[in-house]
Amino acid sequence: MMKEGTIVRITGPVVTSEGLEGAKMFDVVRVGQLGLVGEVIKLEGSRAVLQIYEDTTGLRPGEKVVNTGQALSVELGPGLLTSIYDGIQRPLNVLKEKSGDFISRGLVIPALDEAKKWEFVPTKKSGDKVSQGEIIGTVQETQLVSHKIMIPPGVSGELKEIKGGKFTIREAVARVKTPSGEVDIFLASKWRVRTPRPISRKLPPDTPLLTGQRVFDTFFPVAKGGTAAIPGPFGSGKTVSQQQLAKWSDSRIIVYVGCGERGNEMTEVLATFPELEDPRSKRPLMERTILVANTSNMPVAAREASIYTGITIAEYYRDMGYDVALMADSTSRWAEALREISGRLEEMPGEEGYPAYLGSRLAEFYERSGKVVALSPEERIGSVTVVGAVSPPGGDFSEPVSQNTLRVTRVFWALDASLAARRHFPSINWLTSYSLYTDDLRAWYQQAVGRDFPDMRTEALGILQKEAELQDIVQLVGYDALPESEKGVMDLAKMIREDYLQQSAYDPVDTYTSVRKQYLMMKTILEFGKMEAEAIKSGAQAVQIAGLPVKTRIARIKWTPEDQTEALVQEIGNEMKQQFGAVVQEVKV
Amino acid sequence: MQPVSYKTVSQVAGPLIFVKKVENAAYGEMVEVTNALGERVRGQVLDAGAGLAVVQVFGSTLGLSTEGTSVRFLGETARISVSDEMLGRVFNGLGNPRDNGPGIVSKTKVEIVGSGINPYSREEPSEFIQTGISTIDGMNTLVRGQKLPLFSAAGLPHNLLAAQIARQAKVLSSSENFSVVFAAMGITSEEANFFIRQFEETGALERTVLFLNLSSDPSMERILTPRLALTTAEYLAYERESHVLVILTDMTNYCESLREISAARSEVPGRRGYPGYTYTDLATIYERAGKIKGRKGSITQIPILTMPADDKTHPIPDLTGYITEGQIYVSRDLDRAGIYPPIDVLESLSRLMNQGIGPKRTREDHRGMADQLYASYAQGKDVRALSAIVGEEALSETDRKFLKVAQRFESMFVKQGVNEDRSIEQTLDLGWQVIDPLSDSEIKRIKPELIEKYRKRTTAQ
Repeated sequence: MMKEGTIVRITGPVVTSEGLEGAKMFDVVRVGQLGLVGEVIKLEGSRAVLQIYEDTTGLRPGEKVVNTGQALSVELGPGLLTSIYDGIQRPLNVLKEKSGDFISRGLVIPALDEAKKWEFVPTKKSGDKVSQGEIIGTVQETQLVSHKIMIPPGVSGELKEIKGGKFTIREAVARVKTPSGEVDIFLASKWRVRTPRPISRKLPPDTPLLTGQRVFDTFFPVAKGGTAAIPGPFGSGKTVSQQQLAKWSDSRIIVYVGCGERGNEMTEVLATFPELEDPRSKRPLMERTILVANTSNMPVAAREASIYTGITIAEYYRDMGYDVALMADSTSRWAEALREISGRLEEMPGEEGYPAYLGSRLAEFYERSGKVVALSPEERIGSVTVVGAVSPPGGDFSEPVSQNTLRVTRVFWALDASLAARRHFPSINWLTSYSLYTDDLRAWYQQAVGRDFPDMRTEALGILQKEAELQDIVQLVGYDALPESEKGVMDLAKMIREDYLQQSAYDPVDTYTSVRKQYLMMKTILEFGKMEAEAIKSGAQAVQIAGLPVKTRIARIKWTPEDQTEALVQEIGNEMKQQFGAVVQEVKV
Repeated sequence: MQPVSYKTVSQVAGPLIFVKKVENAAYGEMVEVTNALGERVRGQVLDAGAGLAVVQVFGSTLGLSTEGTSVRFLGETARISVSDEMLGRVFNGLGNPRDNGPGIVSKTKVEIVGSGINPYSREEPSEFIQTGISTIDGMNTLVRGQKLPLFSAAGLPHNLLAAQIARQAKVLSSSENFSVVFAAMGITSEEANFFIRQFEETGALERTVLFLNLSSDPSMERILTPRLALTTAEYLAYERESHVLVILTDMTNYCESLREISAARSEVPGRRGYPGYTYTDLATIYERAGKIKGRKGSITQIPILTMPADDKTHPIPDLTGYITEGQIYVSRDLDRAGIYPPIDVLESLSRLMNQGIGPKRTREDHRGMADQLYASYAQGKDVRALSAIVGEEALSETDRKFLKVAQRFESMFVKQGVNEDRSIEQTLDLGWQVIDPLSDSEIKRIKPELIEKYRKRTTAQ
């Protein structure tokens, strides 16, 4: 079955082989004496062109190539959570045990622990009819997540046998009698990474993915099952924003794909995630996290694969009925990997040297997100939300990766280097960002947060918009030349920017804000704005209001713990009435 | 593999030679090319095919011909002998002695293309390195294991700055083994001499290894130079438990050599003619900085690059910024204003700063102070632009305060002497003095209790 050929040419990560007759596109191959892992990406008669997931230095023409006949797959089963994998699902901790601190080549390591015994609790009994995707039992994978064992797609029939107890992933827990024979069911199964897992149907997005980040939740929300793009030039706080999302978003499972990123940054993730607590369950965040790390100095072809490895794992948990958030940082590095391999294949380049299929590959990837009804008679609902980071060279959004990404994503969180430079974090530009989900989510916000919340959002954005217009005038004539009412608007916008939008990821309280607190904060600030407008109308000066002590109090709401917020806001409300009353009184006298 | 010689050169094009009838040259194998006169240069296999090998020559192809040239395939990939003896020595861009000293003999011969560090084995860099330069220590803190480039441009004092960092860098409360590896790619002999003199004067030369590829040396050598330097650094860091500071200058020249080879191979060019794999290639250099769990040493990198036409969006600074953990931006405007070091903090960033600072490492007001200075300076600069239009009289009271803070920031905080080594305490206290014109309520980035604690202290002085 395993066909052998020989190497005829090596150029970087691309190897040409001879004699692999019958090879199929995307078959996995083992190359050379070391057995480097690769994949067939082009066929020309008896020659097959391969991309190699490991460094090819030292390979010689004439060395053998073995075709495994299998497409690149990931192993899906209990043990995925808390893992950290490289781009082709090799656990990095096991790699370290086997090869030391530096990654050596040609190692094949099972993705899941083969020796560990898991407690399997059947939820079906023998004799039951089961069909594809149906849950037949559960394994408590971590304290946070119950892993559902599902009948693999394509298998339906009658449960002939099912047993509870402790099993490894290599031991059968059930047997299904199908029209075409009997099939053993294991705790783990394999899936080809380049093929989306089948679903029953997609649903419209109607629930927001709450992140605890005020600028996202209030102004530019993403729906569960939606897609968002964070393009940002380097140094604009992209990575911190993504990590905040991973830490705080209310999805049950987080898949974090570090694609061509910095080693030290991945280490930071590795060091901080296990220490982080899930805000809801108080368990370590790692218990619901899977990390795929292919740093920039790891082989480029594995970087190309890492995105698919990540999304396939995300789909698997979605099929169990969970909300999954996948962060890909950065899809630009992934696109560059495509470009590099395309260049080595001597393909005709499209824009800026990227292959012509860049757009369709990106669209295919983002299309794997969504809120879906899983393939199962039980009508389970799960979702995969994809947040992709884009790193446009020189911050120029007109480049192909940014443009193709914007065409397929519905939320745009525009990171702005000039905001970052003045330490406005998260440095999301409120004027250029957008979310196309606000209408879909309106009903949810009205019901769960407050009837007036969507209107408050519009009002606040309007004030910021107005500020931007006034800013142009101020540039010309100076702030002092503005009419008092417009000075008021400027001051209010500044409050929104500094006391609401700015949020510190490093402050233990400010790092997460519940939607309830967001509502209270916003309401207080807008209330202040209304009183200010009133006061100015009755003759007060903007400078008087700017000096009110209550402003400092409002600025402190974000540092105040959640349980004390309601009381504080109440107090501030009273103080505002008092102090504005005094101002108006003064004017009258 | 035994070395094999071929005399079947079919084509010489720029830095490349094509050798026919080669049976099985390895990808990345080293070769020795001898011309008809017996002159030898080294090279490396770039494309290994059955019957044809493309060799990139580290040196001049002057005098090579398709006849009479012999190419010896050495049977091994690029390696370097490493030992403690290298400290205090000067090598050329290919790792051969340049100082008339003996060659390095060692049992430890290491491949210069290092394997990647497993992210799982990395230790999070968190040890604060005090450089004595306020703009770096106070606002763009360097930590051990970080890679923090200097983004500079022609005519700016980046060499002076790099030498000052190398001279003054120290970790508080530690007197561990420390060494410097210096790799020069295409810099002038004057610049190289400047660095050597600097190291000599401070007695640092004996713990420094220098690899010099000068502008007059073959440009192709530059592909190997940083890798030789980093391999040596890895040996010193991980085998000899030393904390190594690696200075790579000038990365722009390195990238130009990369482009030269790519063009010679007629590859599809990416932006501005640089090959599509520039990012990956640079990553294999920069990512070799770091710390490893359970090992004592560390590698901290300070690459220097000159931005063509001061353009930060040029592919070299752009790609570098995406790999390194921040950048120190050397500004022409500040230099013109006579301020040394001309570091523009608004364009600079250290991504690992937060790990290195705070209560037990530096001081509890460090984060807040850095943010406050950033914000106030940014605002002050805006006001400065505004006052250029409307005049200072038209500014509001608050605006004038910030204008003053920006002024004080540049003249008190940024500006310092070439030999002025400020402690972190001094730097932070200076910060308090800079923001002195602001009222407590205008200091929004520092927590009230810290304002209480530190403001009184510094103004009382």
